[in-house]
Amino acid sequence: MSSSSAMASEAGPLSVAADPRQVASATGAEEATRTVEVDSHTINFGPQHPAAHGVLRLILEMKGEVVERADPHIGLLHRGTEKLIEYKTYLQALPYMDRLDYVSPMSMEHSFALAVEKLLRIEDQIPERARVIRTMFAELTRILNHLLNITTYALDCGAITPSLWGFEQREHLLEFYEAVGGSHYHVNYFRAGGVAKDLPAGLTDRIAGWCEQFPKFVDELESLLSGNRIFKQRTVDIGVMSAEQAMAWGFSGPCIRASGLPWDLRKAQPYEIYADLDFEIPVGRHGDCYDRYLVRMQEMRQSLRIVQQCLARLKPGPVKIQDNKIAPPKRGEMKRSMESLIHHFKLYTEGYHVPEGATYTVTEAPKGEFGVYMVADGTNRPYRCKIRAPGFAHLQAMEALSKGHMLADAVAIIGSLDIVFGEIDR
Amino acid sequence: MADIAQLADQVAAAFPRESVSLERGAELVLRLRREALPEAMLTLRDDPRFAFEQCMDICGTDWPEKPERFEVVYNLLSLALNQRLRVVVSTDAATPVPSVASVWPSATWYEREAWDMYGIVFAGQTDLRRLLTDYGFEGHPLRKDFPLTGYVEVRYDEERKQVVYEPVALTQDFRNFDFLSPWEALTTLPGDEKVHLNRLETPKPSQADEGAKP
Repeated sequence: MSSSSAMASEAGPLSVAADPRQVASATGAEEATRTVEVDSHTINFGPQHPAAHGVLRLILEMKGEVVERADPHIGLLHRGTEKLIEYKTYLQALPYMDRLDYVSPMSMEHSFALAVEKLLRIEDQIPERARVIRTMFAELTRILNHLLNITTYALDCGAITPSLWGFEQREHLLEFYEAVGGSHYHVNYFRAGGVAKDLPAGLTDRIAGWCEQFPKFVDELESLLSGNRIFKQRTVDIGVMSAEQAMAWGFSGPCIRASGLPWDLRKAQPYEIYADLDFEIPVGRHGDCYDRYLVRMQEMRQSLRIVQQCLARLKPGPVKIQDNKIAPPKRGEMKRSMESLIHHFKLYTEGYHVPEGATYTVTEAPKGEFGVYMVADGTNRPYRCKIRAPGFAHLQAMEALSKGHMLADAVAIIGSLDIVFGEIDR
Repeated sequence: MADIAQLADQVAAAFPRESVSLERGAELVLRLRREALPEAMLTLRDDPRFAFEQCMDICGTDWPEKPERFEVVYNLLSLALNQRLRVVVSTDAATPVPSVASVWPSATWYEREAWDMYGIVFAGQTDLRRLLTDYGFEGHPLRKDFPLTGYVEVRYDEERKQVVYEPVALTQDFRNFDFLSPWEALTTLPGDEKVHLNRLETPKPSQADEGAKP
């Protein structure tokens, strides 16, 4: 690491600066010789830095304490997910999605499940209950994600209390995850054709109870941060992104909404039951770090509204498609029916075959547009599965965002972009 | 969402020499010739009928059996008109694809990734460093002929006090099960050739025969 950063500093502006004596002799003015000292150096931010939100290695070219150039080196968490998926059946590939953005696992599964459903041409056969459950958990996931982002972002800017409070709420949400999927994070719950299991008894009451107390928590969290002088000094007018810039850099999600563009895939290109739900899209005005925080804060309140509407819409019924070529048969049936047993065996060894075709399927994940470009070749495995992570585009704009800012502002900018390396490095 | 048939007509009218197709009636795909790419992309961004302000994703795909084995896929999005378009360009390992980084700055990392993963070269891209793989990595891992396990593995050597790279040593051979035809994949055992041949040649029993069986 030390040798490479030394090399980087040699290649910095110091070596580029022309020799003043040569310039002087060329113009013939010998007495005009003067030496200009440039306090320029390169620092290596990360990969082990608590404010780097994971394994970001940021090469910062500094002029004094001002960032001249920022060059993120990513890929330190690259696990070859896309390659691995090519060697798995569609069912086996799904758990990899949880491991992308491990802060909002179900949103990642969502795009993948929808993409497979589109290729299987079963997207309009998904039972209503499954769609409501998926919408509800997508929104719970959004709250889960924003809670972590806002609180750790505040931590980066010097406030410890929000993260202590936020983690308690996150724990409740993760318990809902555990109730449906058996695990806190890698739930593998959304499936092509519905969800893996029905909600356990009593869970809806627990979610409803949690919804009761959550607005009070958001108010308290907001009272800690929104008017906080230190937090505002660190974030207002830092990392400003105009609407044009945000579009050019491929921004999406809360980051593009903070720049003043009311763009939300849940409204613009609705999927699941979003078209029937009543919610609003919070939009920022300045596109700075503070606005990105505010947008997320309001989104949590809107997500809560959606969760409550979903709870009201939840009617008994099947939670996965009735076609046993795609969704496994019931356990009880398997004990008695030969056909069910065969279906089960074929499904978990060979998997289902997906007709030839390609799709680019997107959902509004908590961080922005999460897309899956999937190419199927008619076999039981994806031919190609490209994962479009919102954070990838956001981090790329790091240089545009941090140029001319202080080093400490770079930390606030990274925090406000909601960077998670699982999805960026894949 | 905007009317996709109308967009298809407009795209077909604007690019008469290219092929436009509808995927499953829902996704519009435009296949471009490589040399037409830079101009077409500018049109797609600036023409008010298309207004694709955002390039959401660029990725490669590998089709080793095709004469030009790689495809570069651009997924464009228009916020103003709420429409999407997929642009596909094909190339091979040696021929560069014109870069679109001057059209959308977000293209740089996507092109770097495509170079890293597939070895697709982008002409006019000034920053074609590797992006996701390790420093000093060799090869392009998402190519279909690149093994899933890779070629080297890395570990920390306590004696030499440094990280060392070694050829991959698998304690168990890599098993790539083909579940597509579990029975036919079985090799014919010695002495069984006749059975195997018979099985292939026997005509299908008719419905009446099956019904007659106990």
